[in-house]
Amino acid sequence: MKTVETMAQELGLEIIEGGEGLSREIDGGVYCCDLLSIVMGRAPAGGVWITVMANLNAVAVAVLCDLSCVVIAEGMAIDEATRQKAREQNVVLLFSEKPVYDTAAAIGRVIGYEAQL
Amino acid sequence: MADSVKLNYVVPPDDFTRAGEASSAVKKTLKKLGIHPDVIRRVAIAMYEGEINMVIHAQGGEITVEIYPDRVVMVLADRGPGIANIDLAMQAGYSTAPEEVRNLGFGAGMGLPNMKKYTDEMQVESTLGVGTTVSMTVYNPA
Repeated sequence: MKTVETMAQELGLEIIEGGEGLSREIDGGVYCCDLLSIVMGRAPAGGVWITVMANLNAVAVAVLCDLSCVVIAEGMAIDEATRQKAREQNVVLLFSEKPVYDTAAAIGRVIGYEAQL
Repeated sequence: MADSVKLNYVVPPDDFTRAGEASSAVKKTLKKLGIHPDVIRRVAIAMYEGEINMVIHAQGGEITVEIYPDRVVMVLADRGPGIANIDLAMQAGYSTAPEEVRNLGFGAGMGLPNMKKYTDEMQVESTLGVGTTVSMTVYNPA
């Protein structure tokens, strides 16, 4: 099982906030959604969450769901308040210029996550 | 030894940055008490949705959480405008949240439905012009 840090390095994802969460193993697959009420209910613990919601509430949701990391995709700007909250809450924030699907597909390939319908 | 742990929180008005602090704190306490992770997750989700509702609609409010060996009881009380039609508010997708709230990723009309979905019992009491009290219970399987 890959750690968050290994996954980020292999894909060249920028690490916005790291900390001890970087050494965590990703054991919850890949999840994409921007509506926080849906994410809260369905994002798998230990998973990678890819979203365009670069705000404080996204960090709070990551904590509630015990996600391994949050990847802000589509090159969305991440403000200092969000970074600070992520630091305080030990949430790993990664950044991708690429679209949500491309980011998710690449992460899925690297961590060996096979999507099932 | 007391047979329950009681926690009180004040949810400040108009502050999305602090919404989630109460649910995070409860989550930590439940973890320390060794409560089942599934129970913790359900309590945290229901409470966070409630906190967000209080910030969006009611200028904040107060939350009381009581942790018993077999259940967690949350009571969220506000002195906001009240809910005109509770049945309608409980419908998934129905929302009166303003545009700026939707831009934050909320306001999809899933707050109350999620709170019902993730708890075992839920009661909503509301009086227009007076406020709303939501009581929720999540049972902790032995």
